[in-house]
Amino acid sequence: MKAIISVVGKDRPGIMAMVSTECSKNDVNIVDVSQTVLQGMFTMIMICEINKNKEGFKDFVTHMEDEGLKEGLSIHVMHEDIFNAMHKI
Amino acid sequence: MINQNNIIETIKMIEEQSLDIRTITMGISLLDCADSDIDKSCEKIYEKITRYAKDLVKVGNDISKEYGIPIINKRISVTPISLLQSVSGGDCVKYAIALDKAAKTVGVDFIGGYSALVQKGITKGEQELIDSIPKALSVTDIVCSSVNIGSTKAGINMEAVKKMGEVIVESAFKTKDKACIGAAKLVVFCNAVEDNPFMAGAFHGISEPEVVINVGVSGPGVVRSAVKEAGKDKSMNEIAEIIKKTAFKITRMGQLVGSIASERLNVPFGIVDLSLAPTPAVGDSVAYILEEMGLEKCGGPGTTAALAMLNDAVKKGGVMASSSVGGLSGAFIPVSEDAGMIEAVKAGALNLEKLEAMTAVCSVGLDMIVVPGDTSSTTISGIIADEAAIGMVNSKTTAVRIIPAIGQNSDTLEFGGLLGSGPIMNVSKFSCDDMINRGGRIPAPMQSLKN
Repeated sequence: MKAIISVVGKDRPGIMAMVSTECSKNDVNIVDVSQTVLQGMFTMIMICEINKNKEGFKDFVTHMEDEGLKEGLSIHVMHEDIFNAMHKI
Repeated sequence: MINQNNIIETIKMIEEQSLDIRTITMGISLLDCADSDIDKSCEKIYEKITRYAKDLVKVGNDISKEYGIPIINKRISVTPISLLQSVSGGDCVKYAIALDKAAKTVGVDFIGGYSALVQKGITKGEQELIDSIPKALSVTDIVCSSVNIGSTKAGINMEAVKKMGEVIVESAFKTKDKACIGAAKLVVFCNAVEDNPFMAGAFHGISEPEVVINVGVSGPGVVRSAVKEAGKDKSMNEIAEIIKKTAFKITRMGQLVGSIASERLNVPFGIVDLSLAPTPAVGDSVAYILEEMGLEKCGGPGTTAALAMLNDAVKKGGVMASSSVGGLSGAFIPVSEDAGMIEAVKAGALNLEKLEAMTAVCSVGLDMIVVPGDTSSTTISGIIADEAAIGMVNSKTTAVRIIPAIGQNSDTLEFGGLLGSGPIMNVSKFSCDDMINRGGRIPAPMQSLKN
């Protein structure tokens, strides 16, 4: 399945490194990345391929949120279907 | 490929504009639990609810986590208990206690269906249930009750209207130590719907299947932001278009969540209720949408027109987004649950009479309105009859959920949670005693003769 990881927080070196390291540790393949810094705010959206069962995916969601909190970042991992449902007819 | 702006838009809706699924409600038929022995009947109810709904909360929480969409409530609605009472007889409160216990065992937030449908007449079981409502609501925590006293097809049962005025006062009195919460868990309907996922009026109608999943969405904050972003230059029809598009997106989310829940629970998917349901959270208010359209305060001139447009646009946008639309479907205007409504009441812009006019063009009725503790039961019956007349003539659902602030010192009742806090509103001092005491029925209007 595909999931969307969104990261928002104050810009500083190492954010992308941190997120991609966590992805790699959890066997999550990054398919696409787009990233901007708007008025000092770092915003990144990653599209990932995740081969986990339901429980594994939930653990990954919680893990990334916790890692984000530690670093003062807001990180969300969401199933791609929610975006498909809302924005495609 | 999903567009980056769309991703950001969705995340913003959830993070900043309080977009959420208000409720996943499992409707369960209890018809096969009826037994001539009330204790056996209660045992069967407990067993059936805990069997069917055992995974409801877990599945709701899982979906919430995986899809990043908050699902605020998980609820259960059941067959109107008056039908079981008609078979068993006995102390009807036992049913309420059984429902409360079952709901708490599976961990849901509310259970609805302590209900009776008496629009044309009252059976013995229904009378027993209605008489027991005040006690049932005072000895349970999460049981909700509803009584349908009128319909376009049958007219208005004025005997039941009179009785419900008394039941509301007694329910508030019996829970006066808990902010009169009993009356907040009780709703009186005209044209009640059988697949409503929202409380306090949810019950599982007898035309419904054995078990079903219904979903109610909520997104006033999202609609408000969209209207705000459009600015002041847009015409009303352009604003209607913007609301339609927003409602479409919100409803698609509801449809997705409902279909996943139905698949995982192995229960058929019923309907998405296209309702704009406010929460006390700042910004998640229907009144603010109306004010964003250009009203100084909700309740002022122009309010009914703005609300009519909002209600219609929400339906038009939502209807294409879902495979099956039902329930109440429209903008809700509960006073205590909507920060903008509360402000408007406090500012003197919004009164009971204006709210009544607003209910003629939206879902669902006079909802979560706190009135002075000395309001007589006949005055409340009069308010119920007025509201039911609007529903009956316009072939729409209307409801009254009114809370007399009995034994309260402050000018606001604090219910907490989704129910919010309600300022006490003025009620007309002129009596309708003689009319209410006439009883009988208001015959069905010409609109009922469609065949």
